Amino acid sequence: MNEPGYAIRAEQLTKRFGDFIAVNEITFDVKQGEIYGFLGANGAGKTTAIRMLIGLLSPSSGIATVAGFDVYKETENIKRNIGYMSQRFSLYEDLTVKENIRFYGGVYGLSSSEIRDKTDFLLKKLELEHARNMLISSLPLGWKQKLAFSIAVIHDPKIVFLDEPTGGVDPITRRQFWNLIYEASSKGVTVFVTTHYMDESEYCDRVSIMVDGRIAALDTPRGLKRIFHASSMDEVFLKLARPEKVGDI
Amino acid sequence: MPAIVVKNLTKKYGGVIAVNALTFSVEKGELFGFIGPDGAGKTSLFRILTTLLLPDAGEASVNNLDVVKDYKKLRTQLGYMPGRFSLYQDLSVEENLKFFASVFGTTIEENYDLIKDIYVQIEPFKKRRAGQLSGGMKQKLALSCALIHKPEILFLDEPTTGVDAVSRKEFWEMLKRLQQKGITVVVSTPYMDEASLCGRIALIQNGKILGIDTPNNIVKTFDKPLLAVKARNTHALIEALRKYPHMHSLYPFGEFLHYTDKRVQFSNDEIHDYLTTEMIQQIEMKPIEPNIEDCFMALMEKQDHE
Amino acid sequence: MKSFRGFIIKEFYHIFRDKRTMLILFGMPVIQLVLFGFAIRNEITDAKISIVDHSNDYITLEIKQKLLSSGYFLLQDDIDKDSDIEAVFRKGVVKEVIVFEQEFAQRLLRDGSAHIQIIADASDPNTANMLIGYTSSIIQDYQKSLKNQSSFLPQILPEVKLLYNPELKSVFMFVPGLIALLLMLVSALMTSITITREKELGTMEILLVSPLKPFQIIVGKVIPYLFLSFVNTATVLLLARLVFGVPFNGSYGLFFFEALLFVITALSLGIMISTISKTQQTAMMIALAGLMLPVIILSGFIFPVSSMPWPLQVFSNIVPAKWFLIIVKGIMLKGIGIEYLWKETMILAGMSLIFVSVSIKKFKIRLQ
Repeated sequence: MNEPGYAIRAEQLTKRFGDFIAVNEITFDVKQGEIYGFLGANGAGKTTAIRMLIGLLSPSSGIATVAGFDVYKETENIKRNIGYMSQRFSLYEDLTVKENIRFYGGVYGLSSSEIRDKTDFLLKKLELEHARNMLISSLPLGWKQKLAFSIAVIHDPKIVFLDEPTGGVDPITRRQFWNLIYEASSKGVTVFVTTHYMDESEYCDRVSIMVDGRIAALDTPRGLKRIFHASSMDEVFLKLARPEKVGDI
Repeated sequence: MPAIVVKNLTKKYGGVIAVNALTFSVEKGELFGFIGPDGAGKTSLFRILTTLLLPDAGEASVNNLDVVKDYKKLRTQLGYMPGRFSLYQDLSVEENLKFFASVFGTTIEENYDLIKDIYVQIEPFKKRRAGQLSGGMKQKLALSCALIHKPEILFLDEPTTGVDAVSRKEFWEMLKRLQQKGITVVVSTPYMDEASLCGRIALIQNGKILGIDTPNNIVKTFDKPLLAVKARNTHALIEALRKYPHMHSLYPFGEFLHYTDKRVQFSNDEIHDYLTTEMIQQIEMKPIEPNIEDCFMALMEKQDHE
Repeated sequence: MKSFRGFIIKEFYHIFRDKRTMLILFGMPVIQLVLFGFAIRNEITDAKISIVDHSNDYITLEIKQKLLSSGYFLLQDDIDKDSDIEAVFRKGVVKEVIVFEQEFAQRLLRDGSAHIQIIADASDPNTANMLIGYTSSIIQDYQKSLKNQSSFLPQILPEVKLLYNPELKSVFMFVPGLIALLLMLVSALMTSITITREKELGTMEILLVSPLKPFQIIVGKVIPYLFLSFVNTATVLLLARLVFGVPFNGSYGLFFFEALLFVITALSLGIMISTISKTQQTAMMIALAGLMLPVIILSGFIFPVSSMPWPLQVFSNIVPAKWFLIIVKGIMLKGIGIEYLWKETMILAGMSLIFVSVSIKKFKIRLQ
């Protein structure tokens, strides 16, 4: 099963809810260490696709492996080898920074001494040492998101899934966040990321754009701009999604 | 006559200052945008202006009515669309609209002209429950509901957050048409690229206004030459420029890096030469006009230094 | 006025479209009534008893026959000695033991009184109470029939022994309690949930910004539930009358007036809860813990107030359901009128007044 060089492989992956096809035979692969942008309009099927990949939802048909594990049968192994962070939920607001790190470290089976070392390392790197005992709810959003990302990769996962990690974050922090992503990627972590900021899609090695449950385009940002005769990813996105939006439901 | 006048407005939550001594005014008939990240104080400001929240200090008036003393009268004159699309999920499109019309003592027919452009797009689905609509459709319905009583001034708190680029663009076109009909439109958004769609904008961060003007004039305040730099390996380029002693600021922007220099006088060739000695390949460099996001970050840094 | 009507129509849409609400509103009264009703009935028909007859004369025989032919009791064991009684109870089958004293007939006719001891297994207090109630009324019936035979009234003195729960309760006791519980649930829980739901959705912001007055929002929320509470009360009452033959001796007018008073108290409590809770879940938790439990435990619905430790007895005075229960029991079972219930009514009215004014005052016209 384990194909060296690929972190994610999906072939004709499909999810139906009754008559509604949320994800329609999508085929793509993500190389190890790659930063892969997974774009699409609201309701295009992004969230459903991610849920299948991280083992929260069983596909209706098709094949997919994540970190070499089958998404039908080996979801436990998948969960052990990935990190996940979303804009909506990531950290416990009523726990302190230190307690959150300890909790997630514990969830992924890190030993007490490992957790202690990681905590010191993380806080130092993020310049959050003074905030060690502060409640998450009292931190600015940008700090939370950076911390959440660092915690999502605390167990050195092979792949990290980021669902709109920078929504609403100020422009400087947003860029610092991407520095963290680059850093993880350079250490060999595969990054699978969704975003509504089109300029961020340019930071990805490759980008796919979902429209109505299908992958309508997949290439490097440069390649996509060439194919669609566009000067920016924003334009590419509009050109792809616009015709489908007539009769928006 | 100004539609909004705000003087030294302050709102605190415990020790956190959400709105920090703001002073500004908005003219009648403007399309005015508050632009800033989450937590900048946009929502608190909007809630004070829509009479939902009491300020701790300072004063504010909308349509010449004080937001604290004249709240009853003011509430009949303003339209408000809160951050989340505040619709009744278990009521149909039509029932939602009917309800909000009746709350304001009017009917859909009476003000159909105003909402027609927007409502026709969702009218085919008028029997559908609001909970089963897509984000873009909910947004249109929420806007129709906020407009149904023909408000003189419309407040929209982050109407495009979490909405995809296509729906966002359509939504701004709708707002533009409302402005042409004489309604004062006040919008907040975290998306910097939406700034150019407003007549005037206020950049807001940590409860303070960083700058307030037309988008063009804001851009003019950017006082350093801006370079867009690109190379084969972006990561290596970043590393190299960070080490460069004359570097003032460096931010990735799509496939380019936006670079400013500390020096008043310098030539691009100097930087090019430096990068070449750092083994950076396929260097591409061009002077560019700054955008709102460049300005926002420059102003943020200035604020941090103060 | 038009906006107010639109508001009420909207509230009814919410209620009729939410299956869970509908189920709670209309399923629960029926289910509770049937559960309470049949659970009690089944035990009554099959209750196993034992009899210790130290006299064995014709009167004890007649009483025994009357008891056993009533259909409520089945004779399990005959015991000779008082010392065996405990052993019989320990087996857990026998729910009640009746002991006739020595020379029962002689004492009754000669001295004019004789003793019967009724011992019940009070580990199930409801059943015990009902069995004792039945036993006593059968004995009283028999006593009355003796009156026709002799010139004076011989007295059979039942002596009841229970572990606790000394107050004799009627089978029909649960209906007033159930009505109180349902009114509290529908009025307080539902209103607090619907108001907090609007907060969660963000629609409250729009309502507050609209020309609707806070008082209209409150009344608009309350009216549909007021209406439904009455439908509920009527349903429970009707079911109780038709299916279980629960008596209703008093005035319906008075009953519904008192119910209205209680509902207003409950509704204002619901609004108070909604002002202090931000989410539907919090509202539900506060309503359940803060209102339902006192109604069930402290109102006298299941456990008699008089047998509680005194701090709880004192505390029970501020539970509105306690007063409502006294009123409803009086009207339904005793058939008494306002002349005997004015004190309780005044207390309830006072509570309503306080809660309503507090809740309208606390209802926020702004956000925090």
